[in-house]
Amino acid sequence: MSATAAVAVDLARQHVMSVTVRDRPGVLVRIAALFARRGFNIESLSVAQSETPGMSRTTFVVFGADDAVEQLQKQLQKLIDVVKVIDHSEGPYVDRELMLIKVAVRTPDDRVELRQIAQDFRARIIDVDRHALVFEVTGDEGKTGAFIEQMRSFGILELIRTGRVALPRTAGQRSASQDTGAGSGASRAA
Amino acid sequence: MNGAAALLKALERQGVTTVFGHPGGAIMPVYDALYDSPIRHVLVRHEQAGAHAADAYYRASGRVGVCFATSGPGATNLVTGLATAHMDSSAMVAVTGNVPSSLIGTDAFQEADVTGITLPVTKHNYLVQHVNDIPLVVAEAFHIAATGRPGPVLIDVPKDVQQAEFSGSFEVEIDLPGYRPTLVGNARQIKRAANVIREAKRPVLMVGGGGQCAPEAVARFAEVSGIPVITTLMGIGAYPAGGEQALGMPGMHGTVTANRAITHCDLILGAGLRFDDRVTGKISRFAPNATVVHIDVDPAEISKLVKAHVPVVGDLRDVLPRLTELLGRLDIDDWWQQLHEWKGRYPERYKTDKPLVSQEVIQMLERATGGDCVVTTEVGQHQMFAARLFPTSRPRTWISSGGLGTMGFGLPAAIGAAFARPGETVVCVAGDGSVQMNIQELATIYKHQLPIVIAITNNGMLGMVRQWQEMFHAQRYSEVFLADSNPDFAKLAEAYGIEGHNVFDRETAARIIPEAIAAKRPVLLNFVVYESEKVFPMIPAGAGVDEMIIGDQEPEERQASGKVGS
Repeated sequence: MSATAAVAVDLARQHVMSVTVRDRPGVLVRIAALFARRGFNIESLSVAQSETPGMSRTTFVVFGADDAVEQLQKQLQKLIDVVKVIDHSEGPYVDRELMLIKVAVRTPDDRVELRQIAQDFRARIIDVDRHALVFEVTGDEGKTGAFIEQMRSFGILELIRTGRVALPRTAGQRSASQDTGAGSGASRAA
Repeated sequence: MNGAAALLKALERQGVTTVFGHPGGAIMPVYDALYDSPIRHVLVRHEQAGAHAADAYYRASGRVGVCFATSGPGATNLVTGLATAHMDSSAMVAVTGNVPSSLIGTDAFQEADVTGITLPVTKHNYLVQHVNDIPLVVAEAFHIAATGRPGPVLIDVPKDVQQAEFSGSFEVEIDLPGYRPTLVGNARQIKRAANVIREAKRPVLMVGGGGQCAPEAVARFAEVSGIPVITTLMGIGAYPAGGEQALGMPGMHGTVTANRAITHCDLILGAGLRFDDRVTGKISRFAPNATVVHIDVDPAEISKLVKAHVPVVGDLRDVLPRLTELLGRLDIDDWWQQLHEWKGRYPERYKTDKPLVSQEVIQMLERATGGDCVVTTEVGQHQMFAARLFPTSRPRTWISSGGLGTMGFGLPAAIGAAFARPGETVVCVAGDGSVQMNIQELATIYKHQLPIVIAITNNGMLGMVRQWQEMFHAQRYSEVFLADSNPDFAKLAEAYGIEGHNVFDRETAARIIPEAIAAKRPVLLNFVVYESEKVFPMIPAGAGVDEMIIGDQEPEERQASGKVGS
């Protein structure tokens, strides 16, 4: 197994998954426990009500080889309260996350420069203090990551991110139930 | 009607006639309601036994098994039973009482987070919050337990919910948008499967526990195609063990023929199985030349361990007949010639130049019953001997803990099987180690005078662990010696009011076994057997199927590396 495991690590990549669930007590525990049980580390997680009453949409970001993540997807699908699983990595999708970041302001020049960078990133300043600014940044991982890099030299005091949310693009939407069916057409939990 | 009575009514509407359980504080309203219910309750002496009995009740009958336990320790005692059923895809519904809703989360007396604890070992579980939800929860639980890939479901009912006045309806409609098992196989995939099977020169059909639901489909497929049939530990009985095309069990302690067939075949049709590591050994050496066709109702099992070239998700009862229709007799005479040669060269054999050995006892049991009985086993050497020397030929008559390997399963499983198949003799093949893990159930067996023959092959050792220590741990026998403190099993049986015999020689064994089988009441036979017997063939853990050790002095094609695995 060591040889195959090494290969698996090589092929590991980030997967953004949307899981639509019924709003039932403990449903998030079931999902989180499944990730842990199958040896996956959740990089980010967000949960909120979906457009359908009684249903929530959760977005997970996990790191893993495609076949391992496909197995995870099938296991998720087996949970009774899980209605739908989409691995966005298999098709075009849009994703965003929201970040709040508090940055030190040491000199008036800093302040000017920070405002300029914020403008370039279309980040909003949502709190102003003599010694710090709080920015709100929305974007994909690349954008929030780049903004963090820009802020490092000023001094990041605090930072919080929501975790990513994602939706498939309208064209090319493919659902998990078509992809994980091992060729069987509509495959569902057994 | 209170919630407890509504619960029993809801169970009745699911066709439940028998429940295994043990009362306690938080489930007393249910036990009070039982007083007025037609449901028969079998009082076990430990909740774990109740869970195993319910599990075996399903395995023996195909009807969902039910067990009751109280909150806290009662419920946690079910955990091993639920995990056993979960691993072996057995449909059962466990009902547990819980402390009153107002006390949940306060560390109340006998409180445990039962839905939390059982989450990873159940197919689904429920904490009932409103009394009027009971009928729907029960209906959903039975539906989930019995459909698709079967499994255990737990319903946790707080005491106040049991006591509350019920004003709901029993006419419920199940709405589970996240649960729609695929039962009907995809036509294109079935066609692809037929195409590769037709091309095969050296095919095998490998049937797992799923085959217990589809014995006719398996038999018909085998008959039409003429394909050799391997049955896994869970698949024993799904195809007649003595059948012309049967190759026996694969895997760690499988037959030489079955394992050779796997190594040399060019196609494996896996039906209703999950390619467990005890079957495959080292994956990279498993069936290296084979095209794998995998039929299973659970899509997550397909390509989980063994990559399937042709996956078919669906129920065997649908897929196999449709596949059979597309096939005629395969032209595999050369393959059969090879298989017959192996079968002839490697029959089941053991040496009797020693005192009584487990294998001959088990073979005597097989001969005395003619295989016309239900066999339950504990876990260990005797289990493997029984799988090879005492496999049954009818579906749902071989009941053994496969995936979890639960010692203590066999005796309570015999109780569940006896209630599921009244009138049939049940033989519980046990070891002196494992039988003691639920030995208190002799009381239940006595009380109901169940026709169970408990056959203990007693080598005074934890035999399987001893075998591994001999082979892989430099004969450092650590904590496997039982003989100095085993009970006198015959006396123990008698203490429970059960006829018991200690048997030391083969003549007595040959005489007493047929008598015990004919007795149709509980009999315990304690066979004192040779202590150092080992189970062969054996594939060491982590080794390849082709690295099988056939016997003490007979290495297979390649000498096993002797490495230690798990």
